[in-house]
Amino acid sequence: MSQPTAPTTVPDDVRAQASPPPSQASGGPDAAALDAVGPDVRGAGPVRGLGSARRVSARWGPGRWGPARWVIVRIRRLWHQLTSMRTALLLLFLLALAAVPGSLLPQRSLNPLKVEQYFRDHPSLAPALDRVSAFNVFGAPWFAAIYLLLFISLIGCLSARVRWHARALVGRPPRAPARPSRLTGGQTWDTALTPPEAIEAARVVLRRRRFRLAVAAEGATRPDGSPDFSVAAEKGYLRETGNLIFHIALVLMLVGVGLGSWFGYQGTVLVITGDGFANTLVSYDQFSRGRLVDPAGGLAPFSLTMEKFTASYQPTGQPADFRATVAYASGLREPTRVAEIRVNHPLAIGSAKIYLIGHGYAPHFVLRDAAGGVVWEGYQPCTPRDAMFTSTCTLKIGDTGLAPTGPTREPRQLAFSGVFTPTTELDRARGYVSTYPAANAPGLTLTGYVGNLHINEGIPQNVYSLDTRDMRQLRLNGPLGDDRAAQVLALNNPKQRTVTGLPGGMSLEADGVREFATFQTKSDPFKGWVLVAAIAIICGLLVSMRVRRRRVWVRARPAAGTGVGTGADAHAAAATIVEIGGLSRSDIDGFAAELRAIALDARAAMETDPRLVDSNKQEL
Amino acid sequence: MPVNSGLAALSDHFLGATMVVYALAMLGYAAEFAFGRFGRTSGAPAVEPVMSSPSSAGAARLTASERVPAMAGAGLGAAERSGEVDGGVDGGGVDGGGQGGPGAMTDPAAALAAAMAGDSEHPPGPAGVRWIGRIAVALTALGWLAQVGSVTARGFAAHRVPWGNMYEFSSMITLVAVSTYLVMLARTRARVRWLGVFVMFPVVLYLGFAGTVLYVAVGPLVPALNSYWLKIHVAAAIVASGVFMLSAVTTVLYLLKDRWENQLAAVAAGRAGASAAMRKRGGIMMRLPTAAVLDRITYRVIGLAFPIWTFAVIAGAIWAEAAWGRYWGWDPKETWSFITWVIYAAYLHARATAGWKGNRAAAISLLGFSALFVDYYLVNLVISGLHSYAGVN
Ligand code: HEM
Repeated sequence: MSQPTAPTTVPDDVRAQASPPPSQASGGPDAAALDAVGPDVRGAGPVRGLGSARRVSARWGPGRWGPARWVIVRIRRLWHQLTSMRTALLLLFLLALAAVPGSLLPQRSLNPLKVEQYFRDHPSLAPALDRVSAFNVFGAPWFAAIYLLLFISLIGCLSARVRWHARALVGRPPRAPARPSRLTGGQTWDTALTPPEAIEAARVVLRRRRFRLAVAAEGATRPDGSPDFSVAAEKGYLRETGNLIFHIALVLMLVGVGLGSWFGYQGTVLVITGDGFANTLVSYDQFSRGRLVDPAGGLAPFSLTMEKFTASYQPTGQPADFRATVAYASGLREPTRVAEIRVNHPLAIGSAKIYLIGHGYAPHFVLRDAAGGVVWEGYQPCTPRDAMFTSTCTLKIGDTGLAPTGPTREPRQLAFSGVFTPTTELDRARGYVSTYPAANAPGLTLTGYVGNLHINEGIPQNVYSLDTRDMRQLRLNGPLGDDRAAQVLALNNPKQRTVTGLPGGMSLEADGVREFATFQTKSDPFKGWVLVAAIAIICGLLVSMRVRRRRVWVRARPAAGTGVGTGADAHAAAATIVEIGGLSRSDIDGFAAELRAIALDARAAMETDPRLVDSNKQEL
Repeated sequence: MPVNSGLAALSDHFLGATMVVYALAMLGYAAEFAFGRFGRTSGAPAVEPVMSSPSSAGAARLTASERVPAMAGAGLGAAERSGEVDGGVDGGGVDGGGQGGPGAMTDPAAALAAAMAGDSEHPPGPAGVRWIGRIAVALTALGWLAQVGSVTARGFAAHRVPWGNMYEFSSMITLVAVSTYLVMLARTRARVRWLGVFVMFPVVLYLGFAGTVLYVAVGPLVPALNSYWLKIHVAAAIVASGVFMLSAVTTVLYLLKDRWENQLAAVAAGRAGASAAMRKRGGIMMRLPTAAVLDRITYRVIGLAFPIWTFAVIAGAIWAEAAWGRYWGWDPKETWSFITWVIYAAYLHARATAGWKGNRAAAISLLGFSALFVDYYLVNLVISGLHSYAGVN
């Protein structure tokens, strides 16, 4: 994993392992310190990680292997560049930058009406912006390109880092440098112990502090041929573990989000009190699904009936609470249960969740013929248009029983358009208005039409809008008097809720009102996955921010003029010079204190001569 | 439940008192900071160690470099070069480090405290000036109590958690910032007092802004906010923001000090003469820890805030899922939380690659804070979205 931009003077071994190589971009905090450590540190031991790619490209130079290899080398180099931290940094910034227009310009997914408004306000600019997906930033190809690159980069470097970390977990801490004391905070002292004894004392001290240790083997030598008495210690591997968990969880989260959008679906349905729906494609008024949802068998097989809808309002008309009481069965053979759905409190059935997203009123209409027989009856939901639930109603009756007229046998169908007001009051200036959202005095202002609705011609029609091209407006008899264009009905008063004078002597009664609720069913089977990934992200982050990785080295050598070994002269004072030093990339201040404490302990330990203790034992 | 107007008025009075007391504390810190060492530095050009390799300094180094100003008059400071001085400094470090004991020293909070402590336990300077500093700390504590009173009274007045609109968020954010500072003071036995003026200044400004422009009377929550996730998600966001605010303060201080050190380096190298301004301001600049230390403090503080912010964003997504049926919808508030998160993540990366320490990391830190600011204020006031709960008209 080479970083072409990084200076290549970075000392090897120690730094290459102090943390995973990708983070070692350039002259790190310890570069200066390591320069002082001595020649041993550099070039000793195998070049790991970062170095290997450089060797690879040298081996596979164009001259020796021809153009095919050359292409491979280029691709490899591109790959290393993509998986470098610098690229990740750049892509992170790009991602942040790319998200900005999504919050400044109206977005189709959030508010299509605002987008239309924007087109009207900026007729020349808007189409140009639209061409670069500026109104759908988060679904734009360039946005996807950035995060896909970022995650490819992340996956690439993760696979390498996981391998390095696994190797570090089973491996030994890297060997001590020639002069550990030259590292920042390093110390030197002398002791009467022999070098192996001093190293043993240091090992015990470090062990007690739960460092992972590697003592130089007996008889090991240094590059210059002198014997190697040293111990290397390392601690805080959990930091890298946490860090890897964090990054891997990040990838898993993105995967979960993607799978969720492929396997999820969403439907909206309007249900009048007393009615219900089944979770099938045809029940929904609007339905959208991910690419991989099977519309026949992929939906959870539940059915639901709304038994009651309760809304309460504050005296000002502000909403206080809505709740729908529903009876549902989560499968064909499942028992029926009762539940409440409220705003913020959806009902979960399997992987689907049912949200209450809106409500309104549906008056009940009865169309009678001249003899009083019922021709048609039903509830018709009206669309609320203000906070007091003044609502627009459209009623279309195709099957009126009236004979077609004229040479083309035009059908004679009926249509009514009305304004429903739940608490009706007569305002001098504005006519009949609603002054409160609850149905305290439900009223309906109606106009009627007869003619061809064009509803049975195979062209889908919006049920909430009326096409009066081939219709004639009716003159209605009713509570306001005879022969009027509009009538106002009071739904609670049996004497004032019928219009007559319709063609064929028919009459229309609006004899009641029920509330309807709009439900949204949403299924995202990978939601749990995403949540688990999110929790892993936080845990990994906490661990990696709290734990500090650090290394300590102790090296002993015989003081000048004294021989090594077990001779009597080794008992003389200052037989051995001990050096201690260490590194911590992530926590310089805390580590300096820790190193001082370790040095104190080690010094104290080296003042008790273990051989004296031993000989005491022998005397007993 | 009706609003308790007596408690509401009490909350407002407490806030007024908080602002006055904080402002006094700020003046106290400023006085201590500015006059702390004038007796010694007058006349002598303020020269300070120039760190050729700022990041290699250990805790021992900090104590040493802070000791150097006292030696500056003797002309020692400019000569220091990290490599040469290391050994000498370490000796002092060992003596100092023995006291804490290994247990205390490995505690990250203590380590942070050690890094932040600008000086030994007894800041030099005339005794009178030190007393002003102590009084400022007492005032900060008093103001903190008054602010806790204000926030609590507001919560009881409205029968809910006191973070339901922008005025309340802003008050809470400053409360978190001041609390963090007080905790740091306690942990370092008052050795971070130098930070006081730099914390209190934005806090007072912010509170003034909240109390005037953003102020709204106590009222019930809008129904969409009525969820226990409000308590969790918004509380986490507030804590993270308060701590991020502190990191922005230390970043600005870093930039100032870094410029100062560069100027000093130029003077020491004979490339420039010590200007009059440098002589005059030297006393103040020297009271700050070295740029390297400020840089590290910023890193620590952001490292503390970042996981909390991550948690806040995730808790927000869980709430959105419960309320709207989707956990992420790129609503402007969500978008800017994400942008903030990404920028601070970039900061942590930049710090991890040593090449991006210092100025460039500082730039990212300030960029992150700007994004946070947009998230809190511009999104609520200018861009409208589902999160239109600002409560400001
Ligand atoms: C190619 C892509 C990436 C690489 C090579 C990479 C590498 C790294 C490395 C090596 C560290 C450790 C720094 C240290 O030792 O202190 C780190 C930390 C971090 N990374 Fe990444 N990363 C990548 C993508 C991302 C992405 C996409 C994010 C999220 C936006 C992210 C967020 C973080 C955070 C928050 C930290 C600091 C917390 C910690 O130490 O765990 N990284 N990254």
